[in-house]
Amino acid sequence: MKVEQISIFIENKSGRLAEITGILGENGINIRALSLADTSDFGILRLIVDDSDKALKVLKEQRFTVSITHVIGVAVSDSPGGLTTILQILDKHNVNVEYMYAFVERSGDNAVIIFRFDNIDEAISALKENNVTILPSERITQI
Amino acid sequence: MDFPNNIWNCEAECLPREELNKLQLNRLQQTLSLVAGHVPCYQAKFKESGFQPSDLKSLDDLSQLPFTTKDDLRVNYPYGMFAVPMRDVVRIHSSSGTTGKPTVVGYTKQDIKTWTELVARFMTAAGVTDEDIVHIAFGYGLFTGAFGLHYGSEAIGASVIPISGGNTDKQLMIMEDYRSSALVCTPSYGLTLADRMERQGMDPKSLALRVGLFGAEPWSEQMRVELEQRLGIIATDNYGLSEIMGPGVAGECCYKQGMHLAEDHFIAEIIDPDTGEVLPQGSVGELVLTSLTKQAFPMIRYRTRDITRIHYETCECGRTLARMEKTRGRSDDMLIIKGVNVFPTQIEEVLFQIEGCEPHYQLIVDRENNMDSLEVQVEVNEHIFFDEMKQQRQFVVQAEKQIATVLGVSAKVKLVEPASIQRHEGKAVRVIDRRKQ
Repeated sequence: MKVEQISIFIENKSGRLAEITGILGENGINIRALSLADTSDFGILRLIVDDSDKALKVLKEQRFTVSITHVIGVAVSDSPGGLTTILQILDKHNVNVEYMYAFVERSGDNAVIIFRFDNIDEAISALKENNVTILPSERITQI
Repeated sequence: MDFPNNIWNCEAECLPREELNKLQLNRLQQTLSLVAGHVPCYQAKFKESGFQPSDLKSLDDLSQLPFTTKDDLRVNYPYGMFAVPMRDVVRIHSSSGTTGKPTVVGYTKQDIKTWTELVARFMTAAGVTDEDIVHIAFGYGLFTGAFGLHYGSEAIGASVIPISGGNTDKQLMIMEDYRSSALVCTPSYGLTLADRMERQGMDPKSLALRVGLFGAEPWSEQMRVELEQRLGIIATDNYGLSEIMGPGVAGECCYKQGMHLAEDHFIAEIIDPDTGEVLPQGSVGELVLTSLTKQAFPMIRYRTRDITRIHYETCECGRTLARMEKTRGRSDDMLIIKGVNVFPTQIEEVLFQIEGCEPHYQLIVDRENNMDSLEVQVEVNEHIFFDEMKQQRQFVVQAEKQIATVLGVSAKVKLVEPASIQRHEGKAVRVIDRRKQ
């Protein structure tokens, strides 16, 4: 249920992003979802890939600072108000969203939202109680 | 006399101060007459100051003599400061030359013997014995570090692995397979080895390593704690500079209460770097050294530019030799930023106090709109990398706040990628001052 996400420290220099995607490409690692948080000096690149162990290994070999965090993916109907329902549930249970990002599934029926919580286990039980579909890890990494 | 087993030369190292001072005066007079007879630079200096070697009646008179500086060595490059003919010189070494032209130093056969003896002293003090396998990861070459430790180890009867610098993976393989028990390198390379071990999943406890002799660059007490914990060793400091001899000028005993100065071979003074005045005992200032037994390359009141303090109380180990504190930086590395004196080592201490941050850093000083600015670049590692921007920014803010508190000047902290800070022959380049460009 929890999805492994790779976070990478990058300096705000031209070509760094391409370097990382290049390393992953050369090693046959496919990127499933991506988000970048940045400041004027540096950024944190977050990736969900099809083989996070291998990605971690090859990036470390190239001397990147990398960490693994756990996130969850939730399917939200691709219609107005879909996200609000979920956020209201989380708010009611006092679960904080540290950050989130979204992409649309290949079928186009659902949006997938990746959430990082301060308390992931509490978030999972709150969402389950309210019949929100949490996507299995493979659904996201093998889309 | 009872000879404790961690003292190499008890007679010399535990000499009562009165006798030591007599010996120093005697040797100083000999050295002065040697340079007055054979080194034109000193002949000119003495003439200019109106001083005759025969005027020196007590050790206090030393303060009347002129200083020798790195500039004197540059002017007399390469052999002008040698006090013996080249046929008596058996070895040439040279400073690493990170600033300007390198300086050239020479050794007679007797000088090499003295050097060997003094290195054997501090290695013994650190706990090295004839049972040890000494892994020397200093570069062999013009740099004095590797040869000095090599001779000292052999004199003790330890087994030397002259692996030299570089090729970290091979270093680790040899360290593991050959059962290296004593490590000799720069403290920053010690951390590099620890990093690599962690990456390879090598447990330092599985190695035979038990003691580290780190030198050739200044390092903090916090770095000692880190080296000891991460490598599972006792980490000791030693001091030397090629202009004076190389390693062996001073070294720590197992009590780690300062580095014992080989006072029977060198006289140490502490001066105010600005006025040149000799400061009272216990003051912090620039270390000035005079050699007492060197033949090929004697030095009179050489300004080391290293800032330290000297303690004269007898150490718990029994040695009467004075102890110098870890150097706090160099008087010429001292940066004046917005009128405040700043030493790079102060920033190292601050960075270390923030959880888990290893001190791979660089200071960039610049001038913007006629105002000095300081940027501290810190290499990110797993301990200080957070997946959340909020935490990552908090780290930067905290570092900036603590630097401002400790230094009294504000600094911008910039996080950079691992291994992106320039290194020069294994030494991290700590300061880039763009105001001079």
